[in-house]
Amino acid sequence: MTELMKPFEQMTDEDYAELGLQSGLEIHQQILTEKKLFCRCPAGHYSTEYDAEILRHMRPTLSELGEYDGTALMEFKTRKEIIYQINRHTVCTYEMDDTPPFEINQNALEIAFQIAMLTNFKLVNEIHIARKQYLDGSIPTGFQRTTIVGVDGFIPYKDRKIGLIQLGLEEDSCREVSDIGHRRVYRADRLGMPLIETVTRPEMHTPQEVADVANILRWLVKSSGLVRTGIGAARQDVNVSITGGTRIEIKGVHRIPLIPLLIYNEAMRQRSLLLIRDDLRDRGITESTFKSETADVTHLMTNTQWDPIRWALQHNEKVACVNLKGYSGILSYPTQTGKVFSKEISDRVRVIACLTRLPNILTSESTEETIGSHVWNRIRRQVSATSQDALVIVWANEQDLQTAVQEIIIRAREATIGVPSETRQALEDGTNGFERILPGPERMYPDTDLPPLEFPPERVEALRKNLPPPIWERRARYKLFGIPDHLIIPIAASPRALFFDRLIESNNLSPKFCARIFFEKMVAWRRRNFPVEKLTDAVFSEFFGKIASEPSLLPNAERILRQFLTSDESLATIMSTFSQISISRDEISTALVEINRSEPPNSQQPEANARYFTGKLMKRFQFRLQAKSILPVVGEFIKNGRKS
Amino acid sequence: MSSNPYKGYRDPVLSVLKENAVEVWSDVELLTDQGEFKGIILPRSETSDAKHVVLKLRNGYNIGIAFNRIRSIKEIGRKEAHYQIPEKEFPRDPKKPNVKLLGTGGTIASRLDYRTGAVIPAFSPGELYGSVPELADYCNLDTERLFGVFSENMGPEQWIATAQAIAAEIQKGTHGIVIGHGTDTMHHTSAILSFMVQNSPVPIVMVGSQRSSDRPSSDAASNLIHAVKTAAESDIAETMVCMFGPTSDQYALLHRGTRVRKMHSSYRSTFRTISDIPLAMVDREKITPLRQDYQRRRSDKNVTLNTAFEEKVSIVYYYPNMKPDIIDSLIDNDYRGIIIAGTGLGHVNKPLYPSLKRACDKGISVYMTVQTLWGYVQMYVYETGREIMQLGVIPAANLLPEVAYVKLGWALGQTKDPQKVKEIMLTSIAGEITEREPYDGYLIYQGGIPEVVEFLRQIKR
Repeated sequence: MTELMKPFEQMTDEDYAELGLQSGLEIHQQILTEKKLFCRCPAGHYSTEYDAEILRHMRPTLSELGEYDGTALMEFKTRKEIIYQINRHTVCTYEMDDTPPFEINQNALEIAFQIAMLTNFKLVNEIHIARKQYLDGSIPTGFQRTTIVGVDGFIPYKDRKIGLIQLGLEEDSCREVSDIGHRRVYRADRLGMPLIETVTRPEMHTPQEVADVANILRWLVKSSGLVRTGIGAARQDVNVSITGGTRIEIKGVHRIPLIPLLIYNEAMRQRSLLLIRDDLRDRGITESTFKSETADVTHLMTNTQWDPIRWALQHNEKVACVNLKGYSGILSYPTQTGKVFSKEISDRVRVIACLTRLPNILTSESTEETIGSHVWNRIRRQVSATSQDALVIVWANEQDLQTAVQEIIIRAREATIGVPSETRQALEDGTNGFERILPGPERMYPDTDLPPLEFPPERVEALRKNLPPPIWERRARYKLFGIPDHLIIPIAASPRALFFDRLIESNNLSPKFCARIFFEKMVAWRRRNFPVEKLTDAVFSEFFGKIASEPSLLPNAERILRQFLTSDESLATIMSTFSQISISRDEISTALVEINRSEPPNSQQPEANARYFTGKLMKRFQFRLQAKSILPVVGEFIKNGRKS
Repeated sequence: MSSNPYKGYRDPVLSVLKENAVEVWSDVELLTDQGEFKGIILPRSETSDAKHVVLKLRNGYNIGIAFNRIRSIKEIGRKEAHYQIPEKEFPRDPKKPNVKLLGTGGTIASRLDYRTGAVIPAFSPGELYGSVPELADYCNLDTERLFGVFSENMGPEQWIATAQAIAAEIQKGTHGIVIGHGTDTMHHTSAILSFMVQNSPVPIVMVGSQRSSDRPSSDAASNLIHAVKTAAESDIAETMVCMFGPTSDQYALLHRGTRVRKMHSSYRSTFRTISDIPLAMVDREKITPLRQDYQRRRSDKNVTLNTAFEEKVSIVYYYPNMKPDIIDSLIDNDYRGIIIAGTGLGHVNKPLYPSLKRACDKGISVYMTVQTLWGYVQMYVYETGREIMQLGVIPAANLLPEVAYVKLGWALGQTKDPQKVKEIMLTSIAGEITEREPYDGYLIYQGGIPEVVEFLRQIKR
């Protein structure tokens, strides 16, 4: 088979244009509030310790417009037992769906509106809380409470605008601990924390553009100081489609630099699935002519030595074989880097039939040493397979086996239509795997527990007055200040950016100097494990205030902070010891004599000696002397043959 | 749907809709001073303000737009919602028992109401099967909707009709009866049905849900399955409440109808047997009795129906500094029975004495219960108790206040003779008075105590 696509590194913008790549983003960003969105539990307290476990099941329901959602039906098929680990400090009866919601957190609502303003959204006048179904159990109610505060926003990018579809305020979900067989375990501490979801239009045309836009959006909200930072505080979903393909949502991208490779691999997968569809069509196989045959082949496996099946038989499981008529060669078609089509089937079987022990299927196109060829022959006879057909073998308990067989047939049949609508999961290697069927708008219905809430114009205007300038304005300003290029984005995107702006304004200090201390040095000190958390806004205010009023401290600025970080002394004490002092000529002379006696210089060169003595003096007087004021004394001392 | 094309909208926003010739369910492009919004106009809750239009956006979200920011609205189509569960005929298997589901309303059978944005009782029992097909594993199910009322609107009229419907089903030979009911007053209804329908040969199981059936985490399906299994298979021929045991989705408890009470405003596991232990646990596979002193299932069709009821009965929940006018007003309004929920072992303050005496002298039946819920009335222990008894107030053992209330109404419906009323009140008919309280009849774990914390760590509640 010919190469599906050029290697990642060699792909050009033109290559992506030819594919018709379209990509959009959904950015989930936790916002910085003290409490959760619909209850009064503290937000942002994580712990692996838990006090109790609660067990639940989920059932699909009807949406407001009266149709079952595809995802809902899928999750119902999986029949999972959901366990929630709860910690008394971070979870109350609301999160466990044993108490109705409290009123929405007003602080969170205001932050959402502020960010909507920063990103040029049309604001909603009255918010309506909706329930968005999630039957995977990640939220015990089975739905996420969510509301839209703005629609149709935009951000500037290059010479154009990137459209933003909506900005929502919603509750965060549980963290998954494990998902094995029919049992999924969640930790509930993160559940219910407020987050905003920003959805862009699919207006990015290359993987790099998507990463760029993701960064701009991340920096924008981070620099507002209104959001949480750190691991897991922001998560991206990426939507990808190519011409002829389908909009696929890739969930849970934790790091923006991973985005380009993910998009590349998804584009490749869609291209491959389209080629498979065309190939099948050439063979005369379409959705309506698709044929398969299934047989119980347990009895043919009794002597197999291949571990997965031998284990299954030892545990009284059954083995079934699905014959996909005319599918020869399809299962081994490459789809993503290092993956073939049978992986698509295996994923579905894993998620929907809960067969999480891998491998969970075996195909007639596997190149590995598995079951013997004589067994394959008997199986082929059993399902009357010809050389044109492809076989998938699967093993499980009777109930799961039924689901698995159905799912194999469903996924194989979907190959005749191309790219099925799915939500997929980002994997560390830049590929992706099946997560669930893509949910539609059918999963939304109004939350009957909370009434609509007006957000009046006066409140909007009050918030608008305190809005921080957007990142693109700030970047331009920093450039003007002469702040080095490599520091501009880190500063503009920092949650302390606003504080930084205030510092330079109120103290009339060199922005370059402040930037260096504030960002470059902080990073360096953090790397050296200094307790940089001691450098609070209050400490910095005091520090820069003092420097502003006493410029002679400037050369010692770094030293002062370093001493502050490594000792228990207060900043005021440290700074006073660095304040300039005037020392008499006599004192300096006495000190020189002493230095000459205890640590005489090695050199005979007068200039080197002058430097040596000056250095020693500076150290002795804790750098509180101005070098130029002592140089004449040192020069005279050396000229006099190091005698005072 | 309803004929009103502006459901829930009032002026000023109503005029804006009319001026622009759009209605509820219009698919519109709505231009405001901020720009354009596209979506479907939804009905508005009548309790919401009259200033906003509700728009369902393409992405499924609803938003409200203020009327005074609207420039124009253009209709581009219409899309009306049809909220329906695929209704399927219940499969019949002659080998399976026949169970009858009687619907009274409540959240076990409910759906969304666009006008109020709230949940209303509206699922037909047929639709119920459409959403809980597992029911067919246990029985042949027939359904009948008696009424559709919230549980707070249940009263003597509904109790009597329900009792009559149950008796009719028993006489038809039904193997078990399930009653769908709102949870708020389920224990009142379970108590009165225990008195009105006696000697039932089959289980009578009341069931409801604490999370409405329009949500994925609803306990409705699980409770219904457990109730239907109990009605079909259990040998406990009593009136019971079948609801979530722990908050985890594991098993339901079968509570005796006269000793059960709703104890939490929102928990799934809100029902508790008070001062005693439940009858049994039930899950999908089995029913596990926790005691043996229950009425056994019989194969006959005999049942005693007694639907007498006097409505002029009240509960007075005593509080410190209560004034006698509360009692006086009951006397002056011709009440015939008063249940007092007294403090501690059954006490009220002295200022009430003359009024209580007047009531008793007038032939009003006055009974004392305890607001502690757990435990017995014991009016000999303190002087106060003896004085109150002297006035003619009768201690009602460990009748729960709500149970005493419905029982007194039932007793007074049968006789005007206070002595006969007393006989009925103090003779246990359906386990409402127990002779003894087991040591584990009162268990409210105190959270935070190390051994309780340890217990909860190991056991899913």
